[in-house]
Formats: sequence, structure tokens, C-alpha cells
Amino acid sequence: MGEGARCRVPLRANMSNKIIVDVKRVAELARLEFTDEELSVFSAQFQAILEYISQIDELKLDDVEPMSSPLPGPQRLRPDNPETGKGCRGLTREAAVANAPESRNGFFVVPRVIE
Amino acid sequence: MEYEAVIGLEVHAQLKTQTKTFCGCATTFAREPNINVCPVCIGMPGVLPVLNRNVVVYACMLAMAVRGEISRRSVFARKNYFYPDLPKGYQISQYELPVNRGGMIHIQLDGADRDIRLNRIHIEEDAGKLMHNQDGTSYVDFNRSGIPLLEIVSEPDLSTPDEAIAYLKKLRTILLYLGVCDGNMEEGSLRCDANVSVRPRGEARLGVKTELKNMNSFRFIHKALDYEIQRQTEVLGRGGTISQETRLWDESSGTTRSMRSKEEAHDYRYFPEPDLLTLEVSDDLLEEARRGVPELPDAKAGRFTAEYGLPAYDAEVLTASRDLAGYFETVVGSFDRPKAVSNWIMSEMLRFIKDIDTEVKDFRVTPDRTAKLLGLIDDGTISGKIAKGVYEQMVSTGKEPDALIKELGLEQISSESSLREVIAPILEQNRKEVGQYKAGKEKLFGFFVGQVMKATAGKANPSVVNDLLKKMLREEKT
Repeated sequence: MGEGARCRVPLRANMSNKIIVDVKRVAELARLEFTDEELSVFSAQFQAILEYISQIDELKLDDVEPMSSPLPGPQRLRPDNPETGKGCRGLTREAAVANAPESRNGFFVVPRVIE
Repeated sequence: MEYEAVIGLEVHAQLKTQTKTFCGCATTFAREPNINVCPVCIGMPGVLPVLNRNVVVYACMLAMAVRGEISRRSVFARKNYFYPDLPKGYQISQYELPVNRGGMIHIQLDGADRDIRLNRIHIEEDAGKLMHNQDGTSYVDFNRSGIPLLEIVSEPDLSTPDEAIAYLKKLRTILLYLGVCDGNMEEGSLRCDANVSVRPRGEARLGVKTELKNMNSFRFIHKALDYEIQRQTEVLGRGGTISQETRLWDESSGTTRSMRSKEEAHDYRYFPEPDLLTLEVSDDLLEEARRGVPELPDAKAGRFTAEYGLPAYDAEVLTASRDLAGYFETVVGSFDRPKAVSNWIMSEMLRFIKDIDTEVKDFRVTPDRTAKLLGLIDDGTISGKIAKGVYEQMVSTGKEPDALIKELGLEQISSESSLREVIAPILEQNRKEVGQYKAGKEKLFGFFVGQVMKATAGKANPSVVNDLLKKMLREEKT
């Protein structure tokens, strides 16, 4: 957990303390490529979403516990038993790699990731 | 200027569950790639994770063992990054609300005790494995993808490589006692990253840190920390600055080197995992975890000194593994001379275990047989010296000690009449020495004992020989 791990979606406050989104940076992180025109459209849309959500800041929420999911919990747990696993038995290795652009000897093949 | 180092460790412990974290795929070793995989752990669209109950039980067991604070409600988060070993494009981990906060690991170093504080323990899933080829490709194997991990993060409480190793060894021992991780560093079931910085001694603020990776043994971790502390000290000493970066330990050159990475690599954009609801630790689950926590090494060592009167050193050696401690107690159960048992285990048994490279639980000489052998020394059937030879045979043949002693004719000769028959001719053949002894050269006594032992191939009972020899020499005429 380096310092950088604390970064969330790239947001920064401008001079008038208004939050703006660095859409270009978000796109880079998601490996998406946009034209300048698209970037400005998305920037405006992101901005609108943030402004809408920021209404929540006007409420007094000090006593409200943060919500991590809108669905009622708790999550159900699965017994640690290979027989009860779902979706695990049926998948053969051939089927697992079938849709890969390239596979060899049962491995998925990708462009080399280390120089 | 004098500098001091500040070290914090992040340990990943692979859990010994039957199935993966979020799917029912087996976690057993697979010789072939992509055998233990399913749509969940290779990240097919539309699949949903379902958490393995034992992962939570094991996490709570460790939390209890280190006296941390278990969160009754915790939350999973997505850690987003792109790498081919991560099929979903995110790792399911925990971020703001981990399953455990705090805790302590007690270490002893050069006779001094220290409690190293833990920051947190959280649950996450392992990534797949990559193999890099010469032809510009990499192979991906997802057998490991989704295997459960506990990440154990220490506070920056460690200041030397020795302390770091003591902490890691203790943590590993605790994990092994709990039986939740096999602790094998070479095979990667226990992995360690280190955050290291140095600062002028006495300075309160922390210096800029680097993160060290790729150290898969205690020895490498020690060497890497040594190197990195020295490197940072030198850089700061000549007025330079440390850049915050990840560095890889390179065993062949014995150095750490900067891992080239784009700055975005650490921008993980954590957010709550929408596919998993809040994790609630129920009373039942806590109770199950509590039942799973055995007597831990420190408590056991304390009991060994109090109950068996063993020195602290013996207690520490014997409790280094749960199996060894159990072995000791089983032997003592049938041969109630704890220090003699401890001596035998530490000087004889552990040497063989090391020499033949085996584990206590697989060791051929059962506690029962060790107790028998020690009993045979105690009742004078064989001497301690002969017993060592018998033990060696027990290790190599797997036979019972009494059977071996009979077979090899090793019973100790304790009967006075038999020994008289051995001693008489020796005195007869060494008239000159007898004369000198009687004239006052008493250190020749050892010579006679040696002759008796030689004549009996070491089987004569030493104390009977001593008494008898004195008596017979006294009776000799000058």
C-alpha cells in the first residue's frame, strides 16, 4: 500500500474550489483513447454528474454510516468444499483458452510484458 | 552523520483452503497450466464471486493469534490495474475496512523483547502466473488466480534486517501453528515486500522510502535490506535524494535495481466491490475461528520452561514448530525426564532431520521409540555412547531399539563376574602400568578403563567398571 495507493478517481479542486475531473487521465488509466472533441464532451458530462452528486454535501450526514452497497447484506458465504463449487467442474482447459487470440500448450499467450 | 533505517513489511500468505477465494476451483498443485480454472477466476464477463467461508475463518484465526481487532463488518474493494496475470482488470481486495486492524508480533533478538505492531490484515485474491519467453511472448497460467491471500502489513517498527527476519520467522511460525499457510517462501506461498527508508538518527520524520520486491527467502530479504539501507545511507550522505520507487532484488548481482514503471502503475482507483455485499463476521464464525487457534509458540515456550523446567533456549528450539513441540511432549509422556529428552532431540534428532532433509511428522523414529531408547540408557541396558549408534540404526532401518540392541549384541555388560573376567587378563598383561599406578601414578587409571572399553567394544558399564577396577587394583600385589 504505497502512498499512491490512496489516489482515487483523478479529481482536483480548481481555484474556486470546484471539483473537476481529469477525463484524459481517467481514459489513460482505462486504456481508452479519445479525441479532443470527445474529451471535452465527456468532461462536461462528468462535471454534470459530479455537480448533481455534490448536492449530498448540503446534507448533515455526520451520524450516517457510509454505505458500501445499496443491497441489504450480509453477503452469503460458500462452504470450502470443491464439490459444492459452481462453474468449476465443467470448464475444460480447451474451452478456457478457446476464445483467446493466441494459446499454446494450454497457456494463454500475450505479448511479452517484461523487457 | 549517523543514519538509522525504518522498515515496514507487507507479507502475503497464501491460505491452505481447499477451494479458491471466490469460486469452487481446487487450490491443489497442478502440473498442467489452466487446469484449476473456471469462468470466475479467468474473469469471464457476467460471473459473480461467492466468498469462501474458510478464508474468513482463517483470517479471524490469524487476527486472534496476533491479538488484532476483528472488524465485525468489513468491505471488499476493487484494486484496478492492467496486467496479463489479472484477468478481470482488477483484484478483489480490501481497502478502507479490512477484516482486521492492529495486532502485535512479539520478537526476541539478542535477549531483548520487542512487540512489532501490525497496521492491518486484509483478505485478497492472488493473481495468475506469468512465464516470459525469448520469442517476445509471455505465457499466462491462471491456476493460481483467485487463490486466497492474507496481506499482513506491519507498522514501520523495524530498524534492522535482523529484526525484520525475526519478525518474519515469528509470523511464519504463527501461520504454521494455525495451519492456515504452508509458509514455503521458495514456492511463493509466503511472500514479502519491504518498505525501507533511512533518516538521520534522532530525526522524528520518516525519510523517503523505496519498496523492495522479489526476495523469496529469509537470506535474500536480509541481503536486500542490508544493501538498500547502505545504498540510501550513501546517497543521503553525499547530499543526494532518494526517489520513491519500487526496486527489485537481483540475487545474481547482489543489488537492488529500480523497476521501470509508468507512474500510473500505482493509481489503483479503489472502490467498493459492487458484486460483494458487506462481510459480516458472525458469532458462529468467530467461535469456529477461536476453536481453530491452538496454543501458540510464545505460550507454549513459557509452559515448557514452567512445566518441564527447561532452559529458555531449549523451550524456544522445541517450540519452533508445532510438530516438534508435540513430539517432545509425546516422548516425555512415556519417559519423564524432560531435560534428557530435550537434549536428545536437540543434539541427535534435529541433526538427522536436517541431514536426511525430512520433516518431524515424516521422521521414521516415532516418539514412542525415542522414549524406549532413552529408557534403555536410563536402566543401564546400553550406554549413552552406544545409544547414539543404535539411534543411527533406528533412523536408517526403522527398527525398534531393543530389537537392534539384541541383533547387534550391544547390551551393556554390567555383571561384575563378567567384567572381572575381562579385567583380570588386562591387569596381567600390563604389569608395568599396574606397578606405576600402585606407586602413585593415579592418572593411569584412565588407561585401564580405556583397555576395558576396548576389550568390550564399548559395552562395559562405565560405573561398574570404575568401581570394580579400583577394587581389583587395590587387591593387586606390587
